[in-house]
Amino acid sequence: MNEPQRSLKILVRNFNFYYGKFHALKDINLEIGENKITAVIGPSGCGKTTLLRSFNRMHDLYPGNRYEGEIILYPDGINIIGRDVDPILVRMRIGMVFQKPNPFPKSIFENVAYGLRLKGIKSKSELEGRVEEALRSAALWEEVRDRLKENAYSLSGGQQQRLCIARAIAPQPEVLLFDEPTSALDPISTAKIEDLVVQLKEKLTIVIVTHNMQQAARISDYTAFMYMGELVEFGPTERMFTKPSNKLTEDYITGRFG
Amino acid sequence: MDTAGNLIKTVRVRKIKSYVMLSIATVTAIYGVLWLLWILLDVFFNGFKSLSFSLFINDPAPPGVEGGGLRHAFVGHFIITSLATIMGIPIGIGAGIYFAEYGRHSTFVKFLRNITDVMVSFPSIVIGTLVYAVMVKPVGHFMGISGSVALALLMIPVVAITTDEILKLVPNSLREAGYALGARRWQVIKDISLSAARRGILTGVILGIARITGETAPLLFTAFNNNYLTLDPTQPMASLTVTIFQYAMGPYEVWHGQAWASALILTFGTLMFFILAKFVIRRK
Repeated sequence: MNEPQRSLKILVRNFNFYYGKFHALKDINLEIGENKITAVIGPSGCGKTTLLRSFNRMHDLYPGNRYEGEIILYPDGINIIGRDVDPILVRMRIGMVFQKPNPFPKSIFENVAYGLRLKGIKSKSELEGRVEEALRSAALWEEVRDRLKENAYSLSGGQQQRLCIARAIAPQPEVLLFDEPTSALDPISTAKIEDLVVQLKEKLTIVIVTHNMQQAARISDYTAFMYMGELVEFGPTERMFTKPSNKLTEDYITGRFG
Repeated sequence: MDTAGNLIKTVRVRKIKSYVMLSIATVTAIYGVLWLLWILLDVFFNGFKSLSFSLFINDPAPPGVEGGGLRHAFVGHFIITSLATIMGIPIGIGAGIYFAEYGRHSTFVKFLRNITDVMVSFPSIVIGTLVYAVMVKPVGHFMGISGSVALALLMIPVVAITTDEILKLVPNSLREAGYALGARRWQVIKDISLSAARRGILTGVILGIARITGETAPLLFTAFNNNYLTLDPTQPMASLTVTIFQYAMGPYEVWHGQAWASALILTFGTLMFFILAKFVIRRK
């Protein structure tokens, strides 16, 4: 392998994943560019969420799961799924936003501060500054600045999801994973989250799994199409949606199945 | 027309059925509550007659002498129950955490959980006998603390099971959110699971305390009884329940009255404790 380009953030090489005996991901090869939005699309059960959850080793939480191959995280080139790599360190560098908003049953402030506290930040003024910064980046600050002590469940669904984004970006991860972040939200909240995702790529690298092809087309720079555990096609979003080279991709994008 | 007529008929039959079932359910509910009310009223009126200030501040007087009380039993009961709570709650909560958070996928924990389920309905006198064999017999005399140990053993499974059940209700998505931020397992348990489940766990603690405050059998072979006030848990110690048993079986009218009064205090004390605890939990 040649020296990776400067813009490469994650390199997936000959990656396989097994849930027990079930071979869920087959020989995936993928390059994720730095400060780009990469969308992963495909029909239900194609393995897109499984792939996403491999990037931050979420599969380690449940028994019987097995990784094979390499997922290299740059600039330092560590193998994310290497046995000698502590998943905690991976997760501190690669954040995640989930399908349904899942704020902690704590105050708005404490939700955002939690990741910072985990990093050992104790100073109150630093916590306050970075919580505000994260909430501003998540376009939530103006709505919650006077109610930081209120329970996070007092927020609406869309606000809760933006809070979860603030929580994920507060510790300043290098990569942010989104697992269908708008599938539980109404169109207005969805639009806000999409704007936010696009803004966030200035600061970090984004991988987003989505069911919604228009969403992938609207916001992503690169699109990966997966089917039955395999990566069928990968390329710049514009080309994928206008001139897909694979028949399966074309059929899926034009809505003929899935 | 015909089908509309049929529909009206069907609906009417269903309505009647619904009334009948509702009436049966109401009658059975009233039947159950009626007995409970009877017991409460009986305890209240009989106990109230013998309730006096001296009951709380005086130790027993010989039969025939006026002004005897049950201070020794109140104090003893409080000490025994408190020590049992101090021993039982941490172990019970710890076991529940282990079951729900560490042992979710383990067959060993499944086995332990089944045993704990059985232990909840274990005959309490058997636990008393066990503590007698392993603690009282070797030392050579009855002790208040051995009563506490027996009560703690009764309490642990109740607290463990409720803690386990409550923690299992905490959605996994919350734990995953914690892990995704780089939290370690114990941090997720401490900061997220326990924090989300704390009301439920407190309810388990109250259930556990309620389970043991009314117990008599496990104390008979362990704390036994004492006619004098003692604050030393290594001595035989009186408790309200055993005293009620002793006094109710005794030959003196005064004893019967005091037994009623103790029953009243115990019943309504537990009730007040429940109400207070619920109030505190709700406010948190």
